[in-house]
Amino acid sequence: MTITIENLYKRFGKNHVLKGVNLSVEPGRIYAILGPNGSGKTTMIKSILGMVIPDQGEISVLDRPIKHGWKYRKQIDYLPQIANFPPNIKVQELIDMIKDLRNSTSAEEELIDLFGLEPFLDKKLSTLSGGTKQKVNIVLTFMFDSPLIILDEPTTGLDPWALIRLKELIQKEKANGKTILITSHIMQFVEEIANEIVYLLEGEIYFKGGIGKLLDQTNEINFEHAIAALTTKKP
Amino acid sequence: MIKILKYSFYDLIRSRWSYVYFLFYLALGFVLLFLNNDVSKAVITLMNVIIVLIPLIGTIFGVMYYYNSREFTELLLAQPIKRSSIFMGQYFGVAGSLTLSLVLGLGIPFLLYGLLRSNAIFDFSLLLVTGAFLTFIFVGLSFVIAISNENKIKGFGYAVLLWLFLAVVYDGLFLMSLIIFEEYPLDTFSLVSTMLNPIDLSRILILLKLDISALLGYTGAIFKKFFGTDLGFLTSMAILLLWTALPIGILRYKAKRKDF
Repeated sequence: MTITIENLYKRFGKNHVLKGVNLSVEPGRIYAILGPNGSGKTTMIKSILGMVIPDQGEISVLDRPIKHGWKYRKQIDYLPQIANFPPNIKVQELIDMIKDLRNSTSAEEELIDLFGLEPFLDKKLSTLSGGTKQKVNIVLTFMFDSPLIILDEPTTGLDPWALIRLKELIQKEKANGKTILITSHIMQFVEEIANEIVYLLEGEIYFKGGIGKLLDQTNEINFEHAIAALTTKKP
Repeated sequence: MIKILKYSFYDLIRSRWSYVYFLFYLALGFVLLFLNNDVSKAVITLMNVIIVLIPLIGTIFGVMYYYNSREFTELLLAQPIKRSSIFMGQYFGVAGSLTLSLVLGLGIPFLLYGLLRSNAIFDFSLLLVTGAFLTFIFVGLSFVIAISNENKIKGFGYAVLLWLFLAVVYDGLFLMSLIIFEEYPLDTFSLVSTMLNPIDLSRILILLKLDISALLGYTGAIFKKFFGTDLGFLTSMAILLLWTALPIGILRYKAKRKDF
C-alpha cells in the first residue's frame, strides 16, 4: 500500500472536518479525490503531508507510520492548491532553492521547456499571472522523481494548451509506475485520467471505486451527473 | 536547519531594512562619539538608546518576518524538512542578521575612534553582548506571538503591547510599588523584579559595570552588592540565557502542534 489512512479525525474549533476517514491507496494508480467545497479534501491531503496534525487516527506512507516523521516527505511530490510563493524571489532562484533543500536529482529543464517558462525564469514571482504561477508550481512538483505525487487542484488557471501538457505529464508519470492523488472540480479532467474515484462528503468517504461502479450505483450514463447525483441522493 | 538559516539570513541581509538598521547604528555611533568625545560617556548614552530600541526593533522585525514569510514556510512544510528546523532556521536567521547589524553598526565607529586603546572596551563588549541577548529574546517572543495568532493585526498589536509593557509600563509599576511599600524591606523584591524583566536586567547590568551606580540611589547599594560581584554577573548572564531559551522552547512546542 502506498498510503493507508485509518480512522482519521480532525476538527478546527467547532468545525469537524474529518470524521473517521479510512482509505488505502494502491501503488501505480491515479486516484481522484472529489467532494463538494469544504468536504475535507485538502485537510486529508495536508494530513498525509504532516502539515495538519490529526486529532485521532493513523496514517502510513509506504508502509511506515508518519507520526513525527519528516523523511517520508522525500517520497512525495506535492502541488499545493494555491500557489503561495515568496513574492520577492525569481523563478530560477525558487527552483534552485527547492532543489538545494531537497537535495535530490531533478529534471527541471525539460519541464521548463514543456511549459514554455524560459522567458519567466528571471522574473519575480509576484509579477507572474495566476496561470504562470501554476505552471511554476507544476514544474516544482514534477521535477523530482518520487513514487507518490499529490496534486491539489492542478488545473487552476491553466490554459487549454498547458492543460494538455499536464495530462500528458500525469500519464507519463503513471506509466513510470507512480501513484498519483488528484483533487479537482473539473469532472471532464477527472474522467479522463482517474482510475479510481474517492468521494468525500462531510468528512467521510462516501464512495470509493472505479468510474464504472459509480455509474452503476447512481444509474447515470454521464460521469458529471453521477457525481452530482452522489451529493444529492444522500439519504 | 542550516540551509533554512542561510536562506533567511541572506534574504534579510539583502533587504532594505537591514541596511537601514545598520546605517542607523553607524550614524548613532559616529554622532555620539563626535558629541561626547569620550568612549565611556558614549557607551552610557548608547545604552539608554539601545536598551529600549533593540527590543522594539526585535519585536517588530520578528513579527513582520514571520507574517511575510508565511508563504515560504508553507512551501517548506511540504518538503522533507523537520518542522522545528524550519522555525529555528528562520528565528536564528532574523535574530542573527539583526545582531550582525548591531555589532557592525556600532563596532565600526567605535573601532575607528580607538576603542582598542581605551579602557571602555569591556563595557562596550558588555553592551554588545546584552544587545545581542535582547535581540534574541525579543525576536523569540515576537515569533511566539506571531505563531499563536493567525491574524496579522492582532499579532502586531500583542507584540507592540508586550514591548510597551516590558520597556515602559513595567518600570512604572516597579517604581510605584517601591514607593507604596517604602516601609518594608524591598531588597529581595527589587532584585527579583529586575530579574523578571530582561530589559531592566540588561540596564542594571550595564549601569553597574559602568560604575555609575550612585545614580541609582539607595537601592543601588543593594544592586551593587549583588550584580557587582562575579556571582551576580554570572547569575544575570544565566538569567538572560534562560530568557532566550524560554521563547525558543515555546516556539518549538507551538510549531510541533500547529496546523497549516
